[in-house]
Amino acid sequence: MQEAAKIDGESGARRTNLRAARGRLALYHVLLLGGVFLFWYAMTEPGLIPPFYFDDPTRAKFFFGQPLEVLKRIWIWFSGGTIYLHLGVTLIETLLAFAIGTMLGLVLGLWLALSPTASTLADPYIKAMNAMPRVILAPIFAVWFGLGITSKVVFGITLVFFIVFFNVYQGVKEVSPVVLANARMLGASGRQLLRYVYLPSATSWVFSSLHTSIGLAFVGAVVGEYLGSARGVGYLIHQAEGVFDIDTVFAGILVLTMFALVLDFVVTQIENRLLVWRPRAAETEAL
Amino acid sequence: MTSPALLLEQVTCTFASREREGERYTAVKDTTIAVGAGEFVSVVGPTGCGKSTLLNVAAGLLSPSSGGVRVLGEALSGINRRAGYMFQAESLMPWRSALDNVLAGLEFAGVDRGEAEKRAREWLDRVGLTGFEKRYPHELSGGMRKRVALAQILILDPRLLLMDEPFSALDVQTRQLMENELLELWSADRKSVLFITHDLEEAIALSDRVIVLSAGPATHPIGEYAIDLPRPRDVNEIRLTPRFVELHREMWHKMKNEVLKGYARSRKN
Repeated sequence: MQEAAKIDGESGARRTNLRAARGRLALYHVLLLGGVFLFWYAMTEPGLIPPFYFDDPTRAKFFFGQPLEVLKRIWIWFSGGTIYLHLGVTLIETLLAFAIGTMLGLVLGLWLALSPTASTLADPYIKAMNAMPRVILAPIFAVWFGLGITSKVVFGITLVFFIVFFNVYQGVKEVSPVVLANARMLGASGRQLLRYVYLPSATSWVFSSLHTSIGLAFVGAVVGEYLGSARGVGYLIHQAEGVFDIDTVFAGILVLTMFALVLDFVVTQIENRLLVWRPRAAETEAL
Repeated sequence: MTSPALLLEQVTCTFASREREGERYTAVKDTTIAVGAGEFVSVVGPTGCGKSTLLNVAAGLLSPSSGGVRVLGEALSGINRRAGYMFQAESLMPWRSALDNVLAGLEFAGVDRGEAEKRAREWLDRVGLTGFEKRYPHELSGGMRKRVALAQILILDPRLLLMDEPFSALDVQTRQLMENELLELWSADRKSVLFITHDLEEAIALSDRVIVLSAGPATHPIGEYAIDLPRPRDVNEIRLTPRFVELHREMWHKMKNEVLKGYARSRKN
């Protein structure tokens, strides 16, 4: 009992230390960000420092925007509520592209990995399509599917699909033959092998590619919007660029970045919940 | 005469070489092994002599190039449903908890979840893992994983146990504990066991009969010894009895040449 209490006390102290270290790190992060914004402000505010590159003191502001203006623009977007529609559209495009691309990748990956004939037949085409710079497809999709969300979703799918596909393919190929033989000896039928062995193994590989694939779905949505649309954050940025409104461009980029960070956070949470069975690289249990 | 629980008849396994086209490798040649009902039979042989090949044939995971397998008198085709197979390597599904691993076989057979869980808990208790139901394989020690694997097999109550060096990855102490536990579980309902090992002492301590294999290629039995040591046994203590030492000396004498051959061959490759 006493031993346990002592260990508890020690680990408590260690945990406090850890928390303090984390707090310090967060502080440094904020300071770094503040520093960057301060530098940005100092370099672009007209008349604050003597001009050394541009002859006209307002030129820097024109090219690089101003942090205060950018933040003000973001504030107006969120307080006025105009941004939500655009963010919502981008989010829907991202999620749809991600969900459909993942499903397709999963199904096709499983199928090709389990059917040697199909896989040898499809192999060169899969490789070719993966090697193709698919960004080029975005304008074609706009022509085919119009300027609504469909073209962005389809474009996002072409980006997400290959990531998931290759991961699932790999995942199925690398199912331990012993685990497989064991499941067969325990009486699993072909269908049960698929459901209880191949699928869980493949999904773990899907999750390992989750960060990449949701990121690409997001890129697909924004690039698609940028190339032609009437809604979405990509559209906002494109509009602003058209009139050289650099502040709005930066505001859009900042919003997208924050949005991507939120997505990434959500993905990490889901991953932690679903992959508890996976050993972590450095696992020392804090007593 | 009742037919044996397992009979390997004149089994020969030839593999086509993967590296060199047209070349063949005969792992096992003309091997006949019978395991009687309730009998504990061990097969010992030098490393790399095709012991696992024999077991895969008995399990129905591999069909022999020639010869046949009979289970309780019936010719085997496909997976051997009457057998439980304990693998040498890690065989648990890493994405399933200990409990879910143990009940996997019942789940495959369509047993109701509540019932399956109840029986899995009983079996985890029987192998001494109560309280570890929710742990995933990577959170268990090697010995614990072997126990889960054992429970996973025994829950299906197979008539025949096939064991492929199941404890070879464990440290000596854990290994002896597991051997005693295996004997205890086995003596409860006397399943037929075909136990593969390269460890002569383990084979003698556990078995009713020990079959010694020649070195590969073309492995075949070169000796068969009835182990007349009394049961119940404690694998630790039985090693010290004069009869054990005598048997060991006799069998080691037979095996030595084969081990040397196997060693020489592995040096060449």
